[in-house]
Amino acid sequence: MHDSSTQPVHHQMVEPTGFIRKHVFSLDHKVIGKQYYGLAFVAVLTGMLLSWLMRIHLAWPTVPIPLLDKLSPNGAPGGIITPEYYLSIMTMHATIMVFFVLTTAPFAAFGNFLLPIQVGAEDMAFPRFNMMSFWVTFVAFLVLVASFFVGDGPPLAGWTSYAPLSAVGAVAGPGQGTGQTLWAISIAIFCVGQLLGSLNFITTTLDLRTKGMSLARMPLSTWGWFITSVIGLLAFAVLLPACILLILDRTAGTSFFIPSGLVVNDQTLPHSGGSPLLWQHLFWFFGHPEVYIAILPGFGIISTILPAFARKTILGPRALLGSMISIGFLSYMVWGHHMFLSGMNPFSAILFSVPTLFITIPATISVLLWTGTIYGAKMRFTSASLFCIGFVSVFITGGLSGFFLAQPSIDTYLHATYFVVAHFHFVMAVAAMFGIFAGTYFWFPKMYGRMMNEALGKWHFWLTFVGVYCIFMPMHYLGLAGNVRRYASFTDNYLVPLIPVHKFISVAALITGAAQLLFFFNLFWSRFRGEKATDNPWEATTLEWSTTSPPPFDNFGGRHLVVYHGPEEYGVQGTAGDYVMQTSPEQIPPANAGKS
Amino acid sequence: MSESEMTVGIGHGPSMEASPFAIPSKKLAMWLFIMADAATFAAILFAYGFLREASPNWSTPFAFSPTILNGMIMTVVLLTSSLTALGGVQAAKAGNKSSCMRWLGATILLGIVFAVLHLREWFKMFDEGWRLFQNPTGGSAQFGAAFFSITGLHLLHVISGVVAIIIVALGYNRGRLDAGHVETTALYWHFVDLVWMFVFPLLYLMNAH
Repeated sequence: MHDSSTQPVHHQMVEPTGFIRKHVFSLDHKVIGKQYYGLAFVAVLTGMLLSWLMRIHLAWPTVPIPLLDKLSPNGAPGGIITPEYYLSIMTMHATIMVFFVLTTAPFAAFGNFLLPIQVGAEDMAFPRFNMMSFWVTFVAFLVLVASFFVGDGPPLAGWTSYAPLSAVGAVAGPGQGTGQTLWAISIAIFCVGQLLGSLNFITTTLDLRTKGMSLARMPLSTWGWFITSVIGLLAFAVLLPACILLILDRTAGTSFFIPSGLVVNDQTLPHSGGSPLLWQHLFWFFGHPEVYIAILPGFGIISTILPAFARKTILGPRALLGSMISIGFLSYMVWGHHMFLSGMNPFSAILFSVPTLFITIPATISVLLWTGTIYGAKMRFTSASLFCIGFVSVFITGGLSGFFLAQPSIDTYLHATYFVVAHFHFVMAVAAMFGIFAGTYFWFPKMYGRMMNEALGKWHFWLTFVGVYCIFMPMHYLGLAGNVRRYASFTDNYLVPLIPVHKFISVAALITGAAQLLFFFNLFWSRFRGEKATDNPWEATTLEWSTTSPPPFDNFGGRHLVVYHGPEEYGVQGTAGDYVMQTSPEQIPPANAGKS
Repeated sequence: MSESEMTVGIGHGPSMEASPFAIPSKKLAMWLFIMADAATFAAILFAYGFLREASPNWSTPFAFSPTILNGMIMTVVLLTSSLTALGGVQAAKAGNKSSCMRWLGATILLGIVFAVLHLREWFKMFDEGWRLFQNPTGGSAQFGAAFFSITGLHLLHVISGVVAIIIVALGYNRGRLDAGHVETTALYWHFVDLVWMFVFPLLYLMNAH
């Protein structure tokens, strides 16, 4: 930590000209942000294809899938997915989506591109760490994807990699040899990358704010990334040793997570004395905060974008910030609610249930403040604002099922059913994706200097919005009917009547997935052919709109901005219109003033 | 100190908002790293406690002589090295280069002594049949796993700390690095020391018979 990598930023304020320095090993936070976005883009395509494979197999288990037997002759002989390979696909879908999409896109991609600009800095505090953070994450992704092409294919223990299945090695089945080891290595590397990123985000936010940008005047999006990096700093620091212990169990003969006398595939294992429960504790101590790592940047993004289209001050910005902070704090006290049925003491289940229900309080406050902001507003309906409203909708839907799951008595029945799948997809996955979409439509002009196509964007929104409800809403009923998740086919008597529901979900998933092609096309088309963007196309107040689109290498062209207002000055009489930018020195008439 | 503060803030200090902590960015980053690293050690020590509680046949193999005695010597060595690191920081802040180099040299030497004493003990245990997965006394095999992985992680911190201090000392001597770098590195070294104050009682004293 003491070499030149911690040198302050002014060393690299000369724009590099070589291709490698400019676009590959760049120290520029904007390029690194785009690189993270690109990585998330590749990852989300992979993850979506995998979800298609799962849905096709569940609905039409006998229909061969072309080319799949080329990828894995053992996993999909003749294009028919085996139950084990189904689990591998599910594991890879979840791991890729959670780590390489929901963590990288809303946090690392948008955070990198925008956080320094929003606080008025020229770059991150430690540009070299920043570059390392991306490339380390990239290597982690390659290591994970490599598991498709080694040994028996990818691991099948799920993204939670529960021990002892994940710890005992190849004896446990296909993918549990090299594939599972690669998984553990990949996630350990990923932890290092995210730790570097978190360290950088926190230092930048605290130390590199421009004159007048007090903590109270920071946009809520900056707060979202800041709180997320604090959570990430402590969460990934726990997952890292957990993965190392798992690797030791798998390769060095230790038994941290493997109990005595375990018999797998008629073989008595030599391990003794470990505890599978220990893995669950270590994993979920990371895993629950990870859920908020995925969603809190979305909170911030929505809270920043929504007022720009509602043309009014966000309701209760302090309360919203307080909610975000308390959600971050509570995220460390609830990990056991994933373990109600793990054999843990039932009294600890109550202990974890109560703070879980507490989280609904700040979550509900946030939702009410967003809806209150929309209430009575003359909304400008753009793709970005539609996705903000969609975010609030899916977050409420997913949050409601959380009330049920948080209670041990109800969870005893619903645990590991499709009800849970519906819950976390709505509240974490789809909500975070909507945050990513809203952010993309909103900041694309700033990132690439061109507007995205609004008509395509609106089609994309409506198809996606209706689509995700068609996919995940019926899963609640499947869960209530006792449909256990992770089953590769439904042959039991009580499951057979549910197959039509699964077919409906699969069709919806295929259509909704295909609708994302509109988004992908829009991204590439607008990148080159989109209408030229002005500096401030949305008439927004935050600092990134005070510079050119896209911003110059040092963000503000050598200017040192001074901030005079908070980011909430919408619906006031300003010289530019019904808003006052943070950098505008003008006075706001007291009757109109927001909370600056 | 004042010199190192000047290097932070992208060279336009007056146009910046004041940091809520009156320390340079590098030092803040080191504190953040220490927080994360503390979480890492907390997790792995939690795992140790969990496994120890769950094992009915936990071993307490350490005799006062030589293991505990050796551990006490190691503790004294490491604590002393924190003191010498402090001397190095004081000298660097006072701008006394040769004094700083002497203090840092002593710190490096003590760090190496700690590592050698530690490794000597490890190898003696290997000779007795201890492994990551093997307990020659017939008790829980988790003992070796917990002992070697936790002390190993700490030893890794000691060795990387020694390497870091060597690099910083050389850089400071050549004038490439300043007193701020010395102080930040010393901060890390104190943390390694602090972790040992948890590792020693939990893994040595609690396992003495």
